[in-house]
Amino acid sequence: MRPMPTTVLFEDAVASVAAEAQDEDLWLAPSELERLGWALEPEGLCRGPLCVPIPPARRAEFVRADGAVNLAALARHRGQAVVHDAERGVWVCGPAGEVRDAARRSLAAPDFTLPDLDGRLHSLSEHRGRKVLLNSWASW
Amino acid sequence: MDLPVWQALYEELAPRSFTVITVAMDAGGAPDVHQWIEAAKPTHPSLIDTRHVVAELYDWVNVPSNAWIDEEGRIVRPNDPGFAGEYFRGMMDPDFDFKAMMKEYGRMRDRYLDAVRDWVAHGPGSRWALTPEQVRARMAGPNPDHARAAAHFRLGTFLRDQGRSEAAQEAFAEAKRLRPESWNFKRQAWHLEEPGKSGGPEFWAEVKALGDRPYYPRWEL
Repeated sequence: MRPMPTTVLFEDAVASVAAEAQDEDLWLAPSELERLGWALEPEGLCRGPLCVPIPPARRAEFVRADGAVNLAALARHRGQAVVHDAERGVWVCGPAGEVRDAARRSLAAPDFTLPDLDGRLHSLSEHRGRKVLLNSWASW
Repeated sequence: MDLPVWQALYEELAPRSFTVITVAMDAGGAPDVHQWIEAAKPTHPSLIDTRHVVAELYDWVNVPSNAWIDEEGRIVRPNDPGFAGEYFRGMMDPDFDFKAMMKEYGRMRDRYLDAVRDWVAHGPGSRWALTPEQVRARMAGPNPDHARAAAHFRLGTFLRDQGRSEAAQEAFAEAKRLRPESWNFKRQAWHLEEPGKSGGPEFWAEVKALGDRPYYPRWEL
């Protein structure tokens, strides 16, 4: 199979890469993987200082002989939901499982950064030291 | 709309280390929401969430949904419908009593705003501030289907931004299938399909189909 132009939405990042999709797997050459900030190191699959060790017995699920890495397998291993639109070549890897579980454990309000009408960004964490009523609404 | 109510509450309580943050769950972005925000003239953060990120993070399936967050950034109430209630459900009936609905809306609004005032005055000592165990009991645990539903929704908003409306609706359909209780997914998808559809016959048919089940989560205030 030849790598095809693919859009990957990985957590908050969006990247256009060349990738080989096979059923539920998405293989990226090391140079393509780097566009998403990930690299194959002796410690495992790493993004900056953070490394995800590859279970030795399951290495073939994650790394191919030619060095390509299965990004979908990495994401699933991190507890991310992985879905895709095969026809349009778009893959989504949602937030890591630990992010989803942390709020209920610690009751720390998940932080977010969003724009107002003027495009100015605001984060919840800027309001530490105050009580906050967080409200969702919609125009529809 | 409730935005002016939040602005008034913010003006009243801001001197007591309190703020309101309103977030619009609107994939259409500023063009869909600007008129409401401009009319309310909020001086608190009034944000726009085109990907429904906040709903995913706080596991909310409907609007309005509210959370109370204390000075240390801890959740003390995770998912109140605020002063929204079941009172709207008969609105399409020919003999619907609009006056009674507005009376009930006013009663629930005043009660909810008084609860916020009590929390701002008394903090953890307020009877409305939940204990950590009570907060957890109101938060659903992690659920793989819900995480997949959110990922399909994200796929849908991305495809829609690229002008691929049909593909977007396919992704939204998956999100709705995996999380049928999400009115956010349903109504946002309807709205993107055709403005007005989110409050049209399809919506009212689904509300009717609820029967005895509540539209909003029925938590004790």
